[in-house]
Amino acid sequence: MAPDGTPDLKVVGTRPIRPDGVDKVTGRAQFGADFQLPGQLVGKVLRSPHAHARIRSIDTSKAEAIPGVKAVMTAADMPEITSEEAFVGEGPADFKDMSGNTMARDKALYDGHAVAAVAATSAAAADAALAAIEVDYEVLPHVIDVEDAMVEGAPVLHDDMFTSGVDPKPTTPSNVAKRMVFELGDVDAAFGKADIVIERKYKTAPVHQGYIEPHACVAQYAADGQVQIYCSSQGQFMVRAYVAKLLGIDISEIRVTPLEIGGGFGGKTLVYLEPLAVVLSRKSGRPVKMAMTREEVFRGSGPTSGGTVWVKIGAKRDGTIVAGDAVLKFQAGAYAGSPVGPGCMTAFAVYDLQDVRITGYDVVTNRPKVAAYRAPGAPISNFGVESAVDELARELDMDPVELRLKNAAKKGTKAAYGPTFGDIGCVETLEAVKDHPNYNVPLGPNQGRGVAAGFWFNIGGESSATVNINEDGTAVVATGNPDIGGSRASMAMMAAEVLGIDVERVRPIVADTSSVGYCFLTGGSRVTFATGMAVVEASKSVVNELKARAAKTWDIPVDAVEWQDGRAVPAGSNAGDFEPLSLEDLAAKSGRTGGPIAATSSLNAQGAGPGFGTHLVDVEVDRETGHVKVLRYLATQDAGRAIHPSYVEGQIQGGAVQGIGWALNEEYIYDDQGRLENPGFLDYRIPVASDLPMIDTVVVEVPNPRHPYGARGVGEVPIVPPMAAMANAIQDAIGIRMTELPMSPPKVRKAVDEQAAAEE
Amino acid sequence: MYAPSFAAPTTVAEAVQLLANASGVAKVLAGGTDLLVQLRSGILKPDLIVDTKRIPELRTITSEGGGYRIGASVSGAEAGEHATLSRDWPGIVEAVELIGSTQIQGRASFVGNLCNASPAADSVPALIAAGATVVIAGPNGEREVPVEEVPTGPGSTSLAKGEMVVAVKLPPKPARTGDAYLRFIPRTEMDIAVVGAGVCVTLDEGGTCTAAKVSLGAVAPTVLVVPDAAAALIGSKLDDAALAALDAAARAACKPIDDKRGTIEYRTKVAGVLARRAAATAFKRAGA
Ligand SMILES: Cc1cc2nc3c(=O)[nH]c(=O)nc-3n(C[C@H](O)[C@H](O)[C@H](O)COP(=O)(O)OP(=O)(O)OC[C@H]3O[C@@H](n4cnc5c(N)ncnc54)[C@H](O)[C@@H]3O)c2cc1C
Repeated sequence: MAPDGTPDLKVVGTRPIRPDGVDKVTGRAQFGADFQLPGQLVGKVLRSPHAHARIRSIDTSKAEAIPGVKAVMTAADMPEITSEEAFVGEGPADFKDMSGNTMARDKALYDGHAVAAVAATSAAAADAALAAIEVDYEVLPHVIDVEDAMVEGAPVLHDDMFTSGVDPKPTTPSNVAKRMVFELGDVDAAFGKADIVIERKYKTAPVHQGYIEPHACVAQYAADGQVQIYCSSQGQFMVRAYVAKLLGIDISEIRVTPLEIGGGFGGKTLVYLEPLAVVLSRKSGRPVKMAMTREEVFRGSGPTSGGTVWVKIGAKRDGTIVAGDAVLKFQAGAYAGSPVGPGCMTAFAVYDLQDVRITGYDVVTNRPKVAAYRAPGAPISNFGVESAVDELARELDMDPVELRLKNAAKKGTKAAYGPTFGDIGCVETLEAVKDHPNYNVPLGPNQGRGVAAGFWFNIGGESSATVNINEDGTAVVATGNPDIGGSRASMAMMAAEVLGIDVERVRPIVADTSSVGYCFLTGGSRVTFATGMAVVEASKSVVNELKARAAKTWDIPVDAVEWQDGRAVPAGSNAGDFEPLSLEDLAAKSGRTGGPIAATSSLNAQGAGPGFGTHLVDVEVDRETGHVKVLRYLATQDAGRAIHPSYVEGQIQGGAVQGIGWALNEEYIYDDQGRLENPGFLDYRIPVASDLPMIDTVVVEVPNPRHPYGARGVGEVPIVPPMAAMANAIQDAIGIRMTELPMSPPKVRKAVDEQAAAEE
Repeated sequence: MYAPSFAAPTTVAEAVQLLANASGVAKVLAGGTDLLVQLRSGILKPDLIVDTKRIPELRTITSEGGGYRIGASVSGAEAGEHATLSRDWPGIVEAVELIGSTQIQGRASFVGNLCNASPAADSVPALIAAGATVVIAGPNGEREVPVEEVPTGPGSTSLAKGEMVVAVKLPPKPARTGDAYLRFIPRTEMDIAVVGAGVCVTLDEGGTCTAAKVSLGAVAPTVLVVPDAAAALIGSKLDDAALAALDAAARAACKPIDDKRGTIEYRTKVAGVLARRAAATAFKRAGA
């Protein structure tokens, strides 16, 4: 034990090479589009060219007549599903909407909405079939912008959508699916105590998760009704559940094998192609492979919401924030279900406030249905709140880190969304920024420094793990979570720690849905915490079994055996005088002591520790071109305990970089027909490596008492603060408050010109 | 099903014959960094593709009477590695080296950049500013034209059927001459110019500009030559008045479109900014 009570750890906290590394750097790893089955057909999707159109009829006869075409499908080939809330992916979804999103039934609701699909013996035959499908559309007026969609008289997407959460419930349909309010204390009265009030509206653009690997799968529907699916996703069990529900198939009939995933960031927590591939395979009797093009990824798969954020904060002269109020309007895309809920819940979570209110609206528009994206919703509300707090700091002439420290959430703070925080590291991340050299680097002309802090809940949930001890004393750890951020390494490390052996002797695998117990998907920053907990529990059971085998060998009671450094030893001299039995010894003799040694743990992990982080960025603005250059970037974050510090740092750096893209250039550009004009990485501008400095990280560790090693989720917090940090830095550099994302060169230049005109 | 023919001749005469006798659409393939992308996306379905990379004279850079002759298939990387080219014409080399990335550089050629006829082609304003010409071979022999006469609109050129470019020629560089190219993109690479500006100036011994050429990219259907911008420089030592006149002339010449890459207003303003900045570098390189 270390003096502070934490156990001495030999593996946790070190930086071994990841077990999946060699395959990935040598190109051997099989990603979604790499997998093949003999006899497979090429499946392709026909997508709506209209933002909003009624589908009068679809004639597939000409397509079916083309040589090589083996199957053509439309929504008529899928069961009609009644509305039912789904808790399979990240954030709430409705199975009926999910079905409609995979294949439009009566109406196409966005440019890129799937309306039909084909399977053929070649890509050329499939393309010819798509061209031969005749869809009779009645083009309807469309709406792209969230506030336009809320206006009375706006084109209504769903005539059965009546806003919930307002009293009385409306009798006419609208695009507002839901209104919600989170409130603590008496906000209106609290503003009366404020010396200074900041009030402003901010706006963010919808952004795509930008994973490099497009969605891809192979599905095979066998003659006996058994279904095999091979795909890259954030959860093989999620794919299984959705396919079962959308197609009315028993779960036991479906086996999903996860392939490597080339990025998901939340965007692969739902299905697009898999149900279509299964239907096409059922109709053709052949395996069907489908892979999206980049254009399809942009037009047909989910970005996260864009939204407006109105913020009002009141403070005392000494910097004490006394009240916070916010109204969030999030665009959900074509079906209800934006992350406005978490947007509301996280909005002020960084602060210790007694009186706070957040109102949220979930609004549909003629855009692709949004999907989860790292800390869904939080970056949007954070951009507004942390921009406003920066304005407050300027107004008070107070250092923005000090202002945050004065008001920071700490143990015992009651959050607006309900819970009272336990051990959290908000203050520690702010202190880490102050202690870092970047905080004091002198700035030149047109350079500025910005800071912002962020919060994400992190989740636990259902996970399973199996630990098998092999005959030679090595171990295999099987879990059911696709490895996105290095989780194989973390799982192996936690097992090695408990077993007391080298991590190289543990082989972690990601098993298919029939080979390991249920695991909720890889998302919510949950895997190292929750699945890690299952691994630790299963490993402990294995150790207990190993002790029992040693006890049996020595013929002493099991509680007289201890497990130390991978060996069974007698507990003290009273237990007897025996040579230690190593894991290898016990494994080799396991046949004679009771059979193979293995253990499984399935649990529902509770107590995921909330995560906090603070970002500090220096920028330089070219006033003539509006270009913003990132000079230095620091992200500090509480990881609870970094199991593998390199992968924690990697998560922080990746999140910060995605946030920089969100801040500066990423946006969807639509023409006046509602067609997406930039469905590719040329004009949808995520940052390139040469745009960025090294992202400096400081991992602070305030252990999460609910995890065996203190781990908290780390994958989502780092995308929360960057947008506000960037806007605050730009304000510091050129004295202009940018309130709308992206802060692209034309917008910055325009703001500079307006500033000059105002000064004249 | 679509299946184009492919030929890889080893002489210009053979290549010209193939192009002249082709039925349907025939396309020359140099580095392929434009052509292959267009084939893949289905924008273009040529009946014949003629690869010119096996023709030795198209792959070399030779010095000619104090100037240079750059074979039509020479890649950006080869231009960058040439012993004296970037010393003499740094603006041209920096322009071609802006194209794409290291990988793209290994293939992308000046002539492909020119004949793709995008108004945003990076090397073209630099070539125009430097007074470059191209040698065109065709069924009726060779002709030589200024670079600015090749593109006629987005995606179209003045080359006749059967014609191909065999080389870019750079004139002998006069004393106290400097060139520069700048482009604006929202990121730092892998983007298409929102505006590009090429400037070449010659100074007298006292540092006064005696000759100038200014060319702007991405602000009109073709790359522009802007005589008024050149006139603003000639006779000046690049003082504030000359810079202001240059900026105004550059802006006045712009006929851009509003599109996903930039608004008319923004492109116009930035054209003035880049013209000034490129002129400053060109003056410095000319020895000012
Ligand atoms: C990832 C990427 C990034 C890029 N970035 C940039 C950039 O930053 N800036 C930029 O300007 N461009 C950029 N491009 C476009 C392209 O790389 C350049 O235009 C390049 O210079 C084209 O040269 P090439 O040799 O590859 O031409 P090719 O693709 O071989 O040919 C282009 C066109 O020229 C014609 N052609 C080629 N040779 C001849 C000839 N001898 N005679 C007549 N016609 C001919 C072809 O038929 C074709 O129409 C980029 C492309 C990619 C794929």
